Amino acid sequence: MDLALIVSVQVLYAVATLVIISAGLAVIFGMMRVINLAHGEFLMLGAYSAIFATKAGINIWIAMLVVAPICVGLFGIVVERLIIRHLYGRMVDTMLATWGLSLLCVGLVTSLIGNTTSGVSTPEGNFSIGAYSVSFYTSALIVIAVLLLFAIRWVLRSTDWGLIARGTMQNPAMADVLGISPTRVYSITFAVGAALSGLAGGLLAPVSGVVPTMGASFIAKAFITVIGGGSSILAGTASASALFGLINQLATFITTPVFGEVALFIAAVVMLRMLPQGITGRFFKGSL
Amino acid sequence: MDRRKFIQTTAGGIAAGTAGMYGSSALAADDIKVGSIHDLSGGLDIYGKPMVDALTLAIEEQNAAGGLLGKKVALINYDSQSNMQKYTEYAQMAALKDKVAVVHGGITSASREVIRPVLTKNKTLYFYNTQYEGGVCDRNTFCTGVTPAQTVQKLIPYSMKKWGKKVYVIAADYNYGQITSQWVKKYVTEGGGSVQAIEFFPLDVTNFGPTIAKIEAAKPDFVVSALVGGAHMSFYRQWGAAGMLKKIPMASSTFSVGNEQVVLAPEECNGMVLSYNYFEKIATPQNKAFLAAFHKRFGADYPNVTELAMGTYQGFKLWAEAVKKAGSIDRVKVIEALESGISIDAPSGKVTVDGASHHCILDVSLAEVKNKKLDILQTFSQQAPSDTSAVCNLKKNPADNQQYVIKV
Repeated sequence: MDLALIVSVQVLYAVATLVIISAGLAVIFGMMRVINLAHGEFLMLGAYSAIFATKAGINIWIAMLVVAPICVGLFGIVVERLIIRHLYGRMVDTMLATWGLSLLCVGLVTSLIGNTTSGVSTPEGNFSIGAYSVSFYTSALIVIAVLLLFAIRWVLRSTDWGLIARGTMQNPAMADVLGISPTRVYSITFAVGAALSGLAGGLLAPVSGVVPTMGASFIAKAFITVIGGGSSILAGTASASALFGLINQLATFITTPVFGEVALFIAAVVMLRMLPQGITGRFFKGSL
Repeated sequence: MDRRKFIQTTAGGIAAGTAGMYGSSALAADDIKVGSIHDLSGGLDIYGKPMVDALTLAIEEQNAAGGLLGKKVALINYDSQSNMQKYTEYAQMAALKDKVAVVHGGITSASREVIRPVLTKNKTLYFYNTQYEGGVCDRNTFCTGVTPAQTVQKLIPYSMKKWGKKVYVIAADYNYGQITSQWVKKYVTEGGGSVQAIEFFPLDVTNFGPTIAKIEAAKPDFVVSALVGGAHMSFYRQWGAAGMLKKIPMASSTFSVGNEQVVLAPEECNGMVLSYNYFEKIATPQNKAFLAAFHKRFGADYPNVTELAMGTYQGFKLWAEAVKKAGSIDRVKVIEALESGISIDAPSGKVTVDGASHHCILDVSLAEVKNKKLDILQTFSQQAPSDTSAVCNLKKNPADNQQYVIKV
């Protein structure tokens, strides 16, 4: 019984991790159709921001939840202005440009900070479920992932800004006619996506080794989650995270972490064969 | 995975541009050239940087004492960037282009097996100075680091006596972790205990949540860790965060080699038991003098001189001693001098080359992690590399060239 509970907590944790690492990509790719291959490096920059802020004496929660997204969000604005803006609608070109950006980020951070693994300690504390202990941070990540989904939903559905952003993505010419500047909306949306990636990096900093190349271990999973989710960014990300997180973690429990990853990718391939439009291409149609 | 490799190579390339190949600028025509192939960037640089620092100091000391055979010793340093292809490339460059007298280098066992055949084929003497899984038998190669018969054999009985007989093993997924975990199993079984499970992790795994829950379910008396590299450090963080450190103790054959105890918080690793040849707290006059010189050269705030750094320092000293005895840097003459049982008074104690196995007889200590420091618990004097010498005799079979692997 205790084991079942602990397995469920771990599954929820895996799902939460997928939600957190994919949210930024879901906004940038799902809404703007920009394939951001530098997504992993946005995570990495967020992780480093959180680490530097913590080392400067800022409370770790503020560093992760506030400093990391703000830093990467600002970086996102700069990137959008300098690179992405000129390439809207040219998918292959954005891929190449963001790939180049990804290499540049890794190279710059390596030469500035060095290629040594750094990190911060996980916030203290744990509680027990029967004979097992769960770290407080694991449950915090689950709660944060849920809040994150609700926050995105609230912004997109219940605020003017969400409506404007969705409208602009659907028909920028019409938005322009109605007196909304699409360039500004694009810029803000990209910054929000980047900030979400930064948040993910900040949140992952305490539980993973932070190196300039850390993005590579997350980007494949983030892309598979977003693409597996399909056209609705919110329902898609949530359902794909739930499916892949469950498969990954159960396989890991039964066998080894290596096979857990393999199971995730096999599941993704099989699913995309059966549902080429992603989960929300068939289910939850028309949801956000 | 092409993209990842591409990133690593590119990142490494940029890093190499800044790091450069220092030492080569001071090269004069008749200097004795010593090659060093270590990772100074990439995921394994936590191991490589201290090794190169120690080698630099050893060579500077040699030159300050008048050099070797009346000549200056020059270090040619190659940054292999935690990339196996670079190892092949630089091993060839060292042997064929720069024609060095000896190569010190290789960190993981995987990298050793990449450069060892290259150097053996090109008749360039090779020193591998890292603690490793044992069994390498090659007349051109000297392994000066400790092997499982010297470390694991002390670590396991001590831990079993202290904590109990049920053991859970977690190890890095390549030849080092696979072979070392078999040694752990052997010593646990010999001590009347049982190994509940052995789990392997590729070097880039960072989520250990399910593993930690599995370990909790298995309820071992202690865990043995042979995890390697930066990503695996998150295991200790997650283990500490789940409050496991207080419940299930841990012994490790790799911890602290990359100064993990300095990076992690004390509450994430206090109480862990380790076994190596060298610890900073060894209280001999030789070690005090070494540490004074080291800190003078690299700064008083240098975090900790690691096992691998000391291995490299001692490896160079052994080679230099053999060159003096041979009166030449000729490969065969130096090998013969080393095989005659060269011995040095090193900071870690007496270190003697075992001529038959090309491994070393040296002191081994058990230590405990305590508030970012390593406190010595017990020292075992002059331990022989009995795992390798049981299967490898290069005096009888000089043509032998293989790595023997334990069968359990």
